[in-house]
Amino acid sequence: MDKTVLCTKELNLYYSDFHALKNINFSVFKNCITALIGPSGCGKSTLLRCFNRMNDLIDEVKITGEIFVNDENLKDIDIIELRKKVGMVFQRPNPFPFSVYDNMVYGLKIHGMNNKKENMKIVEKCLRSVGLWDELKDKMSMPALDLSEEMKQRLCIARLLTVEPEIILLDEPCSALDPIATMRIEELIIELKQNYTILIVTHNMQQAARVSDWTGFMLLGELVEFGETSQIFTSPKDERTEGYITGRFG
Amino acid sequence: MRINPKKVNKFIQIMLNVQAFFTVGILIVIVALILVKGIGNINLEFLFSFPEDMGRHGGIYPTIIGTIMLVILSILFATPLGVGTAIFLTEYTKETILTKIIRFGVESLAGIPSILYGLFGFIFFVIKLKMGWSILSGVLTIAIMILPTIIRTSEEAIKAVPKNFRIVSYSLGATKWETVIKVVLPSATPGILTGIMLSVGRAVGETAAVIFTMGSSLRLPTSIMDSGRTMAVHFYILAREGISMEKAYATALVLVLSILLINIVAYYTMNKVVSRFS
Repeated sequence: MDKTVLCTKELNLYYSDFHALKNINFSVFKNCITALIGPSGCGKSTLLRCFNRMNDLIDEVKITGEIFVNDENLKDIDIIELRKKVGMVFQRPNPFPFSVYDNMVYGLKIHGMNNKKENMKIVEKCLRSVGLWDELKDKMSMPALDLSEEMKQRLCIARLLTVEPEIILLDEPCSALDPIATMRIEELIIELKQNYTILIVTHNMQQAARVSDWTGFMLLGELVEFGETSQIFTSPKDERTEGYITGRFG
Repeated sequence: MRINPKKVNKFIQIMLNVQAFFTVGILIVIVALILVKGIGNINLEFLFSFPEDMGRHGGIYPTIIGTIMLVILSILFATPLGVGTAIFLTEYTKETILTKIIRFGVESLAGIPSILYGLFGFIFFVIKLKMGWSILSGVLTIAIMILPTIIRTSEEAIKAVPKNFRIVSYSLGATKWETVIKVVLPSATPGILTGIMLSVGRAVGETAAVIFTMGSSLRLPTSIMDSGRTMAVHFYILAREGISMEKAYATALVLVLSILLINIVAYYTMNKVVSRFS
């Protein structure tokens, strides 16, 4: 069995009175891609955001149960260290309204790295690993908002890689992209698996089937079924899972 | 009978055009009037020599310096305070009774006639704090006067920065303050600059509050504890006391042209900043 990187035990989450996550026991394994699927409002993004404490930004959230990152209890990890370790890519590509270069060094600067030469090396390495270096190496001062949607999303991934996360949370990273761009981002995600552990939330079941090693199916705040992707998609154990992946609801 | 909607549409279109031209027309008439009456008396000597005989002869050099000192210093005082307040109200508090009271206070401040600021400045800075009629008294008074404008425009500008910029910044491990300084403020800069420019306009054109606090000395101010006279005050005194209408119009023209120039420069630099950010 692979090493467990993220793990929840009896996790419950409430948005004031609404019970959004119900008793979740869930694990993510090292250097694997784990997908969370399920219909809208099932809590998959909420679960994803637990791992880098983005739910803290919302008022009236109450969490019970335990979350572990590398066997360390989330409560014992400094929030800045946690977010450095557990990075996140969002649904809509969201580069800052600065130049490509300033976007790329943003994370480095807030973590106290101001050496221009060093930073440039990291920028190059990270842009290379998302396949943007050749295109952007002479356009470092170009406004990031002028890039195409796909390139923006790649840039956001590269920006995240600069702070050297171990785990990458992807919250429907392709939902704003066209099919060709989606395919290329999926290829990138599979490539990144070698060096990072990836948890991806997706609306698109086929995407989960294409990229992931493990899949969790969520419904109305419950983790209905969790297993290897091939098993979930070919012989689901729960009839709700089967109903969803065969398109009977959702 | 129903009025033909197409005709109504046409009529409204024409009316709106007329209104727009009317507004611009008024501006053009005012500028043209001052231009015609003032242009004959403007030359380099007028700009760079001292007034003689209460301003009946000579130039307006000290009033230009007085205006520049007043405007720059009051902006320097009001901007950090105003932008800081706006950051506090938007980023560091939730909507509570306290923020409502602060906001109500800010709005009330914006509605007070400037002469009341002048009176307050006179009683508090000039008399109570013994600053006398000085540029410092004027600066502090004008800073308080323009504070509401800066707070409100900065607040709107900060609120307009998309929420997801902040969320991404946090997700990369930034603290709230780093997010404010490195993401929110740069993105809000054009809006904040607009507020500052509006404030510059108010400070340049203010008379009542300035006469009460900065006085109207025609000597060249050498420190911020000296009294001084701004162009607007100079114009007011020249015209009010019938000293010299020609000099008054010439002063007004310099005033109007400098405001125009400031606005053009601000507009230009703002466009540059905006194009960098969006």
